[in-house]
Amino acid sequence: MKKIIAYSLTALSLALVLTACGGQTDSGSASSGTDAGNATSTADSGSDEGDLAGSTLYVYNWGEYIDEDVIDQFEDETGIEVVYDLFETNEEMYPVIEAGGVTYDVVCPSDYMIQKMIENNMLQEIDFDQVPNFDQIDPAYVEMSQAFDPDNRYSVPYCWGTVGILYNTSRIEELGVEPPTRWADLWDERLADEILMQDSVRDAFMVALKKDGYSMNSADEAELQQAKQDLIDQKPLVQAYVIDQVRDKMIGGEAAVGVIYSGEMLYIQEEVADLGLDYELEYVIPEEGTNLWIDSWVIPANAQNKAGAEAWINFLCRPEIAKQNFEYITYPTPNKGAFDLLDEELQNNKAVFPDIDSLDNSEVYEYLGEDVDTLYNELWKEVKSN
Amino acid sequence: MSKKMLSWPYALWMTGFILIPLALIFYYGLTDKTGAFTLANVIAITTAEHAKALWLSLALAFVSTVICLLLAYPLAMILRNRGIGQNSFIVFIFILPMWMNFLLRTLAWQTLLEKNGVINAFLSALHLPTQSLINTPGAIVLGMVYNFLPFMVLPIYNVLCKIDDDTINAARDLGANFLQTLVWVWIPLSIPGVISGITMVFVPALTTFVISSLLGGSKILLIGNVIEQEFTKGSNWHLGAGLSLVLMIFILISMAVVARYDKNGEGSGF
Repeated sequence: MKKIIAYSLTALSLALVLTACGGQTDSGSASSGTDAGNATSTADSGSDEGDLAGSTLYVYNWGEYIDEDVIDQFEDETGIEVVYDLFETNEEMYPVIEAGGVTYDVVCPSDYMIQKMIENNMLQEIDFDQVPNFDQIDPAYVEMSQAFDPDNRYSVPYCWGTVGILYNTSRIEELGVEPPTRWADLWDERLADEILMQDSVRDAFMVALKKDGYSMNSADEAELQQAKQDLIDQKPLVQAYVIDQVRDKMIGGEAAVGVIYSGEMLYIQEEVADLGLDYELEYVIPEEGTNLWIDSWVIPANAQNKAGAEAWINFLCRPEIAKQNFEYITYPTPNKGAFDLLDEELQNNKAVFPDIDSLDNSEVYEYLGEDVDTLYNELWKEVKSN
Repeated sequence: MSKKMLSWPYALWMTGFILIPLALIFYYGLTDKTGAFTLANVIAITTAEHAKALWLSLALAFVSTVICLLLAYPLAMILRNRGIGQNSFIVFIFILPMWMNFLLRTLAWQTLLEKNGVINAFLSALHLPTQSLINTPGAIVLGMVYNFLPFMVLPIYNVLCKIDDDTINAARDLGANFLQTLVWVWIPLSIPGVISGITMVFVPALTTFVISSLLGGSKILLIGNVIEQEFTKGSNWHLGAGLSLVLMIFILISMAVVARYDKNGEGSGF
């Protein structure tokens, strides 16, 4: 019996060794393939990217936040091997970077999280000489970025958008409710069990704070208590707190109104048209103002391949690439060059690219410090457990 | 090759994937952000929101376990009383859904229970009033029962199969009716399996956060959701770990109960 176990263990370990070898030869041939591709591309561009060929770049990005072809194109062009990992929330990404178990070279967090990382010395300055395509980014967004990156030294905007109310025109009509124009409309009792709220602390409090006329970056306990009470009052009307599911539930006609990120709009419009639904889904930015968010590329302080990271950012800022990414992600691009390449119809699609002037009351999230963060979380738990 | 040599891969596995993670939970749970020792994260269970979430989790897990037991016991008896050839097929049918990912099966329930979901579409086709099924505690219990039922059926079935037919026949010969046989023979002999089934349903039901998010619309906060949020959204690993330690107490209690009643490991399932 013992022998059998010993033999099977040996067989198993042999199998493991063999597969490991197989894996290695695979990646070996893959990298030699990219080397060959690189030889031609460096000859074309004549840049000093040759040093980077064969190096590895660790990228940490949101899920569904790049056209995967773009990664292949980048690898072919530069010879850099990209290791691409995903995160789902800023809060999940932060401790990973902080712990440094895996050192990522380039990461794409949101505004307030970038501010937190800057304050905690977790980012390094980008050498903008290595990112010439930065001039493709619309200066308006560079200026907006100053809310979290005051001197524009650490971040390059990648996507931006707003948060607004999506509503089902015919369902609203059936219920005898006017189309929503303000956050306060989400407290209308006729919408009982017809509201989808965002299941994230800051977004939920943003809705309540803005409704009450406060800043969504409020750190004032009285204001936050009021917002909490508002959210508790609203809870019986809420059908569910969801994040990504708002989109599909609204398309499926599950609810009359939902709080949603503007980036989903292009997909929703196409889907409604494709499915031939008998209702329309309209998007509105509430009058009280909303969250204007920007996701930007940054380089962590412990990055091992800073030059590769800058090459990556520069590549993504190239108008054709930014356009290709936009078509996949459908979140508004801050890239002026890419915007100019789009069809006029798309350029004028206000749900995707709202007029900047209509965003007067809107703000960008700021990092409020650990104590205020904890307060938000505590209050949110009170709302959820009520 | 000595026996010790053969055991070291398992020792390595246990150290790397059980002991070290457990030690980390203890470390995080018993320290604050500066790394100083504190019991605050554990005591935090007494705050109104946490206590309510724990209470609700215990209540829903209890209800689910009872329903599972009531469904599983007669089923296990039916399976046992059938011939070998047939019953292995029925057992197979029961295990079959477990081949599909748990998350997908729960998402499928979402589609069934939704306002415009399959069940309501069926009801309205029959001109019956539609029901609001999803985002209620009932939907969560349904999800738990559905997902964890096999964990109750299999240990009970295993233990019932070990009961000798002669024992049952002896009871009948001596004049016991069905109810008396059930109470005095079947149930006492199947206690190990029942206890093991109860633990295997109660513990995952107590700690789940996926079922309550998907079928409860995140409106119902269970203790599992609180812990999940502390780790992924609140970024307070210390509090999350501290609350996990509290949950661990409940799990240890149920393991102690199993050890008490299932000395020979008879009901250890499959």
